[in-house]
Amino acid sequence: MAKFEKANSVGEWLDQRLNTTMLNRVLMTEYWVPKDINFLWAMGVLLATTFGILIISGIFLMMYYKPDVNLAFDSVNYTIMQEVAYGWLFRHMHGVAASVVFLIIYIHMFTGIYYGSYKRGREMIWISGMLLFMTFSAAGFSGYMLPWGQMSYWAAMVITNLFGGVPVIGDALVVWIRGDFNVADATLTRFFMLHVFLLPITIMGIIGLHFYTLRIPHVNNQTSEELDFDAEAEKYLSGNKKESKVIPFWPIFISKDLAVLGIFLLFYFYLVFFHYNFAMDPVNFDPADAMVTPAHIYPEWYFLWSYEVLRGFFFDVGPFKAFDIGLIAFGFANVIFLLLPFLDRDPAVLPAHKRPKFFIWFWILMVDLIILTVWGKLPPTGTNAYIGFVAAMAFILIFLALPLVTKSDAKKRGDV
Amino acid sequence: MSNDTNRRDFLGYSFAAVAAVGGAASLVGMKQAWDPLPSVLAGGFTTIDLAPLKAGQPETFTWRGKPIFVLKKTADMENSNRDLVVGADRYTVAIGLCTHLGCIPAWKKDKWKCACHGGEFNPSAKQTFGPPPRPLDLPPFEVKGTTIVLGNVGPESEKIAAFLATQA
Repeated sequence: MAKFEKANSVGEWLDQRLNTTMLNRVLMTEYWVPKDINFLWAMGVLLATTFGILIISGIFLMMYYKPDVNLAFDSVNYTIMQEVAYGWLFRHMHGVAASVVFLIIYIHMFTGIYYGSYKRGREMIWISGMLLFMTFSAAGFSGYMLPWGQMSYWAAMVITNLFGGVPVIGDALVVWIRGDFNVADATLTRFFMLHVFLLPITIMGIIGLHFYTLRIPHVNNQTSEELDFDAEAEKYLSGNKKESKVIPFWPIFISKDLAVLGIFLLFYFYLVFFHYNFAMDPVNFDPADAMVTPAHIYPEWYFLWSYEVLRGFFFDVGPFKAFDIGLIAFGFANVIFLLLPFLDRDPAVLPAHKRPKFFIWFWILMVDLIILTVWGKLPPTGTNAYIGFVAAMAFILIFLALPLVTKSDAKKRGDV
Repeated sequence: MSNDTNRRDFLGYSFAAVAAVGGAASLVGMKQAWDPLPSVLAGGFTTIDLAPLKAGQPETFTWRGKPIFVLKKTADMENSNRDLVVGADRYTVAIGLCTHLGCIPAWKKDKWKCACHGGEFNPSAKQTFGPPPRPLDLPPFEVKGTTIVLGNVGPESEKIAAFLATQA
């Protein structure tokens, strides 16, 4: 057993038992971050904070929400919105945060893609990040079901039906997931469990993993320069702060992060108080009705691009049914980002503006995603159906072209 | 030394065996906890009277929480092997959920049109446009005079089901 002496302060007492000084050094004051970064590197702290807002507002909602098909709608729209003090605020904070968290996730993702922060040792950062995107998507979907309005119901209907595309067991699988032949009470209560317990706890675990994946390869920087973090850290610690290319996470880096966070929170609360409606679909203020499908249904904005890929393929090709083609394309869209580190065949880590063809590729991808998002919201009739098809097809081709594009860049530079 | 190792290996393998049996058993239990409850499975039967239906105007009924379309065909609507013939009249009976992703198509003049992803079905419930992979599904039913009972399997619905199976 270690030797314990009388401690002179609470801090010392804890340090003897938990080695808090060392812990603080390793995680905070001697966790090194490159100097050459911009505000886009603050998205991680923004996401962690938004997740915190979701948890806290969610706890308050859960105290009055009732996961029962007869009570759910009124518990949200009457009890929480009208009776509970500041219930409306917690609901709007929760709904707006769920929407904004995806905006920040997308900025975080595309920053990573632009600066090549997903390869050469950083693969696990990217993969754990994409796992977070998937679990956040599942949490967004399961949460959307809970107010039990028309959009809740029909989104649940459409998404659970997707599992019917699984060969052989599809139909039985759909009934099993729902716990009924239809989306019903059993479906609501089990998705409530997923939303308030299993998914949040899984997300927390993956967030821990995501932080840990940064430890060995470290954070990338604006010029993608490969830093010797030990040597740079030594420079910093010996007082040569100006020459050193790194700064400690705490208190230097975090101060800049918190400044960006301040601006973000102003934006976020502006939405919560003055523009919460964008996260509150009017159709969802009609109670769920299994007998009436709303005239036009669409998911929240952050799912529109993959939704458009799903429905872009509206005709059969030879023996392949439109349903299966769309489903396969949808599966492709959801998995392909995960494989990004392995599709990029350029061995160098460089920002996109130093990779001429990749630069073009990146912006074509952005434009295609925007087109898919816009057309995902429009009714799938007439020309819209064809634009959707072309954009969905383009999405697949863009990713199939990535290995060739990146290889060609590397060849021109002489790296291959 | 080697005795010790063997003993430890034996302990390890026995634990693995116990854990595997227990793990598999609990997976079965967890899977079944998510199955539809007996009360859901026992979900009732619905009787529909065909007599008051007007030709060319489909009506929607409820069976096991699902919408059921019943359309009395007009003379100029195409005949199909899927038709339920009662006396001189031909009917289309179908589960009113788009076979794409389960939205309820709406009757527009002479076809069912799905608002979600643009699928269309003709008066014989066959898909004619868009992503639906197959015709609207057939609920099991039994004909009693001019009424049908959804949930019971009668020879008429078996015959139509057999026809649909040949189409797949």
